[in-house]
Amino acid sequence: MSDPTVQSAPRTLFDKLWDSHLVVPESADAPAVLYIDLHLIHEVTSPQAFAELDARGLPVRRPERTKGTLDHSTPTTPPRADGSLDYATPQAEAQVRTLREHCARHGIELFDFGSEHRGIVHVIGPELGLTLPGSTIVCGDSHTATHGAFGALAFGIGTSEVGHVLATQCLLQRRPKTLAIEVDGALPPGVGAKDLILHIIGRIGVDGGTGHVIEYRGSAIRALSMEERMTVCNMSIEAGARAGLIAPDETTFAWLANTPRAPKGAAWDAAVAQWRTLRSDADAAFDRVVRIDASQIAPTVTWGTHPGQVVAVDVAVPVANDPDTARALDYMGFRGGEPLLGQPVDVVFVGSCTNGRLGDMRAVATVLQGRRVHPRVRMLVVPGSGQVKREAEAEGIDAIVRAAGAEWREPGCSMCIAMNGDLVAPGQLAVSTSNRNFEGRQGRDARTVLSSPATAAACAVAGRVVDPRDTASWSSAQTSQTATQECAA
Amino acid sequence: MSPAPASRSPIVRLQARTVCLPERNIDTDRIIPARFLTTTVREGLGRHAFNDWRWRGDGTPDPDFPLNAPEAVGAQILVAGRNFGCGSSREHAPWALLDFGLRAVISAEIADIFRSNALKNGLLPIVLDAEVVDELLARPGLTLDIDVAASTVTLPDGRRFGFPIDGFARTCLLEGVDQLGYLLQQSAQIQTFEKNRFEETRHAR
Repeated sequence: MSDPTVQSAPRTLFDKLWDSHLVVPESADAPAVLYIDLHLIHEVTSPQAFAELDARGLPVRRPERTKGTLDHSTPTTPPRADGSLDYATPQAEAQVRTLREHCARHGIELFDFGSEHRGIVHVIGPELGLTLPGSTIVCGDSHTATHGAFGALAFGIGTSEVGHVLATQCLLQRRPKTLAIEVDGALPPGVGAKDLILHIIGRIGVDGGTGHVIEYRGSAIRALSMEERMTVCNMSIEAGARAGLIAPDETTFAWLANTPRAPKGAAWDAAVAQWRTLRSDADAAFDRVVRIDASQIAPTVTWGTHPGQVVAVDVAVPVANDPDTARALDYMGFRGGEPLLGQPVDVVFVGSCTNGRLGDMRAVATVLQGRRVHPRVRMLVVPGSGQVKREAEAEGIDAIVRAAGAEWREPGCSMCIAMNGDLVAPGQLAVSTSNRNFEGRQGRDARTVLSSPATAAACAVAGRVVDPRDTASWSSAQTSQTATQECAA
Repeated sequence: MSPAPASRSPIVRLQARTVCLPERNIDTDRIIPARFLTTTVREGLGRHAFNDWRWRGDGTPDPDFPLNAPEAVGAQILVAGRNFGCGSSREHAPWALLDFGLRAVISAEIADIFRSNALKNGLLPIVLDAEVVDELLARPGLTLDIDVAASTVTLPDGRRFGFPIDGFARTCLLEGVDQLGYLLQQSAQIQTFEKNRFEETRHAR
């Protein structure tokens, strides 16, 4: 007989997701066996896993629950006249070919070149409606937490685990702890989801979420669009957390209703009814709670070499009072205590699974409309998927980007992970909408400032770090510069 | 746990010298830069372990990097600042460290995915108290005795410190248990789960 007190114990959203996917509960001797509803794969972290299956003669247990895309090693330049692609190296091309072969052999759907759905793995899952509330989703990529924006338990895994899921559709997992991040109040004008998550990481620290699954809650979270929620959940790993979650609500259902592969008709109604139960019970206990006042957040950027080293854009960088701060400042070429505002910018990158969605493209277009990228700046705008690219082009965003002197690229991870040839040169300062500012992340000795799309675009126009709210500081100088350039042209 | 086919060499004990990187938050891009991830095999990444730290732009070794020091040759235990292995899920990070010749990483904190990946490849992720790690960082080249069964690290002066390790992970190391083999043994339960779940949610999907 079941114990009624256990049955009625209040549970967090995480508890509900975890409990409903337990094939075998954990014990002192062994971790839980957790069922995985959706496994997303890409070319970089899957080849060794398929090789392991092949070596053991194992089939893929649930090919229909496995979806592949090409994003990390792929060129973002258009195909050549003969249709061939400009890969950075023959190895990159071989990696793509390898995934294509594995998917064909195991009956896995691959969103290949030529598919209208190809794009960054964490952009296409949601836009196709593959990402559903209440599901478990894994991928050999640490930004899998993105899908948690829909109330899914989604986390990144290593290649050995990719093999485990391919072969068994399951993972061995110990139950993580729970961390509630309660964000109340309204974000001020000009401050967005990227500023919010950078602020949160700065507050709890680059390892503040280690061992935990984060649930983002509160009125400021409820007010976010789905794209903004994805930006927030995406960077959970940058605080060390395995996953980030947001309870699904009407915003979630409205967004999913327009996706091609979400349930339809009666199945949709039944699904939504079940999804409405996916929220933390009123008295559910979290292992930790952190409260954030959204109204106090400013446009936020990184100054150092990990995503926890952040400041409001109009605040000076810290003074080097410990070896780690000193090392980060030295790498970045900043003097402790000097302002970031005014630092000359060489490269601006807009894109990635953090900020490569339509709303991000629109934010950039709003800034670039009628303006020019500063002559010293190389700016890349890389839509996160084929769908984002098509929708942006239908709105004329590509034309605005090109007219401003920026490059409008094909979808992919591009300069975020910089393994496809899209690189920041040694010593250059890049303002990037991506998720990592680690040493060498965007290229050897490249220096990265992480920011929102609006901040990045304003910096591109100014050619230096500026506060996007202070329009006069960067757009008035532009008018004369644009006029000069147009005369010269 | 049920017995499962052993496919890895058991790891019971490691007696080796340390090499130290005192920096905190050494991320996976530092351990193995992304441009070396365009491989389809596990082998051969040791050449690029800590690539941009270890090799100068002209391809010569940076003499200031601790792992390039003559006394670091043969050191199999890396002692590092806290939050080692933060960042990406790339299993190429432990592959690179193992291929380079390391067998254990000691830190006051090790990032979750790196720790999970390390254990699956027989690289020991060992978390000790910050004071002990600070002491080890201050004295590179110590020979440590790591006993997996007892979950202890013994210093040359005889002081012994326990480290936390999941019981299952420890058994896997000690008996060379193959985790995929263990999971495959659960297939009856997986089948039952799928049957129940998909029947229950068929109307909802």
